Amino acid sequence: MSSTIDPRLLRAPPKKGLRLSWADERFRAIVWQVLIVSAIVFVIWWLVRNTQHNLEVRRIATGFGFLGREAGLPIGESLISYTPRDTYLRALTVGVLNTLNVAVVGVVLATIFGTVIGIARLSKNWLVGRIATIYVEVIRDVPLLLQLLFWYTILQSLPGPRQAINPATGVFLSNRGLKLPFFHWESAHTAAFGAFVIGCVALWFVAKQLRAKQYADGQPRALWPWALGLLLGLPIAVWLVLGAPFTTDIPALRGFNFSGGLNVSPEYFALLIGLVTYTAGFIAEIVRAGILAVHQGQWEAAQALGLHRGQVLNRIVLPQALRVIVPPMTSQFLNLTKNSSLAVAIGYQDIVSIANTTLNQTGQAIEGIAIIMGVYLTISLSISLFMNWYNARITLVER
Amino acid sequence: MSDITAGPVPTPTASRRAPISTTGPWAWARANLFSGWASTAVTLLLAYFIITWALGFIDWAFVNAIWSVPNNQTQACRDLKGVGACWAVITEKHRFILFGTYPYEEQWRPLLVCLLFIGLYIVSAMRRFWRAELGLIWIVTLAVIGVLMWGGVLSMSFVPQERWGGLPITLILSTFGIAFAFPLSILVALGRRSKMPAIKMICIVYVELIRGVPLISLLFMASVMFPLFLPDGMNIDKLLRAQVAIILFAAAYLAEVVRAGLQALPKGQYEAADAMGLSYWQKTGLIVLPQALRTVIPPLVNTFIGFFKDTSLVLIIGIFDLLTAGKTAIVEPAWQGFGVEVYIFIALIYFCFCFAMSRYSQSLEATLNNRRR
Repeated sequence: MSSTIDPRLLRAPPKKGLRLSWADERFRAIVWQVLIVSAIVFVIWWLVRNTQHNLEVRRIATGFGFLGREAGLPIGESLISYTPRDTYLRALTVGVLNTLNVAVVGVVLATIFGTVIGIARLSKNWLVGRIATIYVEVIRDVPLLLQLLFWYTILQSLPGPRQAINPATGVFLSNRGLKLPFFHWESAHTAAFGAFVIGCVALWFVAKQLRAKQYADGQPRALWPWALGLLLGLPIAVWLVLGAPFTTDIPALRGFNFSGGLNVSPEYFALLIGLVTYTAGFIAEIVRAGILAVHQGQWEAAQALGLHRGQVLNRIVLPQALRVIVPPMTSQFLNLTKNSSLAVAIGYQDIVSIANTTLNQTGQAIEGIAIIMGVYLTISLSISLFMNWYNARITLVER
Repeated sequence: MSDITAGPVPTPTASRRAPISTTGPWAWARANLFSGWASTAVTLLLAYFIITWALGFIDWAFVNAIWSVPNNQTQACRDLKGVGACWAVITEKHRFILFGTYPYEEQWRPLLVCLLFIGLYIVSAMRRFWRAELGLIWIVTLAVIGVLMWGGVLSMSFVPQERWGGLPITLILSTFGIAFAFPLSILVALGRRSKMPAIKMICIVYVELIRGVPLISLLFMASVMFPLFLPDGMNIDKLLRAQVAIILFAAAYLAEVVRAGLQALPKGQYEAADAMGLSYWQKTGLIVLPQALRTVIPPLVNTFIGFFKDTSLVLIIGIFDLLTAGKTAIVEPAWQGFGVEVYIFIALIYFCFCFAMSRYSQSLEATLNNRRR
């Protein structure tokens, strides 16, 4: 050991051995960690042992074998075909899809609505600003669950289908929910939608190419013809090639209920209104803070460079505001998704509601709650991973 | 002074009033309401909607409203459905909504408890009480609250937990929740910044796990899963189980707020404390926490508001808080269908508490920012 050749090692501070004394910080750290970890392991072991004993005494089955059994629980609305004779696994899948459905639609609507309110709060028009402020203050200071129950009560106290409110042709609002005119969805529409998605991806690449060319020779190139062609032209072309099917499906009163059209159930509608209006109150504050965070000098400097208002907003203000907006917005999206679990209180069959029925029917509480937690953890982690990636893209690259 | 020769003294002219077009309500309205044709159109449109809506609401809530009905004869209310509010449901049921099934003659006790809670909040909000004695005040008040609710001493009859309900439950769940979650969250936040890998790992897993799942799943866990965890014969009351779930939930969120405060503290403070030869707990208690917590008081209050609202979720596992009491009050056939009135009443109560807290947080933020500058 004494004949070390490398001179760099000589300059390194002498590495002290671990002393078995309370005065040694590292020794203390190890003792504390061992103590705490063993305490936690002991508590877990104790709980697991109790649970095993209790499950045996109460003759409750364990494991996820029940997933393959026939569920026998009716589900009102479902994105995939489902009958009560299907398995629990399929029922739970329906629940997950219902949760995702309300979460995705809710996030999109809440972002739009919240942004509008947030900008309205900054409006120069006193009345607009006041109304937005009152909205934000009231909506944020009342529990979401109470708001959901409120909306659900209102929707339920609407007149029946025969006296339905009919604000426009084919739109009916009654205690059976909201009916909207739609058209018969056929495979050509699915294909057109697929073309739209492909168009989006292609547009992204085109925009990248055009920007690279502009950086190379300084000539700005218009993106909008490409956008028009790829986002509008391509889907329409696909739809036309496949025979351009289009038959309207307008809801009409038959007997005691409506038939045809797009049906939004009162439960889904109440949940969506509640989630969107509540989350929009929080998003409005985030957007407002983000816009205020961009210094006034940035506007003036951009205008001094001769950029017009749209360019200032697009190139100068928004990129800076987004840096402030995105991280708290992520947590609002997560909150909305988690809050959609309150659906169970008004009878919308999301994953919590269906898993809850499942655990009541099978008695397997641990598995039921594990499924709920697993689903939400997966959704939460996916959203935060995506938003972290997006956030990393837009953050300022500092030297 | 005398050797300073006075220059030409400006002759004072009579001060003129600013032109009428730049001051006064008219100018204000022109600048803020009618600054352009678009702005004018928006103002007029909004004003029209607000006035129509407000007139309709006043008609419904006050002019056509029914304030009381004789012994549960709600027919008069039903005839006016959609035209006038039936505040009779509040007149009749307010004791039940506020105090649940607590014995009727003894309801001065939960009322006193609510007042004690409000007093406790006000005292805690005043900065002159931000001393160590505040902890003592909390312990004494919470003990008095426990005695009042349970009774059994001082010639007060014993009231079991199953009879508690309404606003006291909401206040108990949120106040005890924060009182226990806050110290726990400080420990977790410190643990997450600790250099010991095992402790750091445990804290990260705890915080991320709790923050990744909705509160409902924790409440379900407390209500249906937790009894399986305990040995035979050991049974914990449902209210206590929900309280523990809320504490664990709140602690994870508060820990992140506290951690932000710890991270905002300049490194020099840690190093200076080390240089003074302070031990870890001296450093944390005397140098780090007092500064770190002070910076995060406004977000802490905002988190408290969130938990105050979130306690209403215990409705789903059937605990009798304010919202559950309101929902139960309209189950009785005579009063069915008057949910809107009851929910507005409850919303007002929640709003008063939350709005007071959020105003307080804003003013606190302003004073703290002023001091820092």
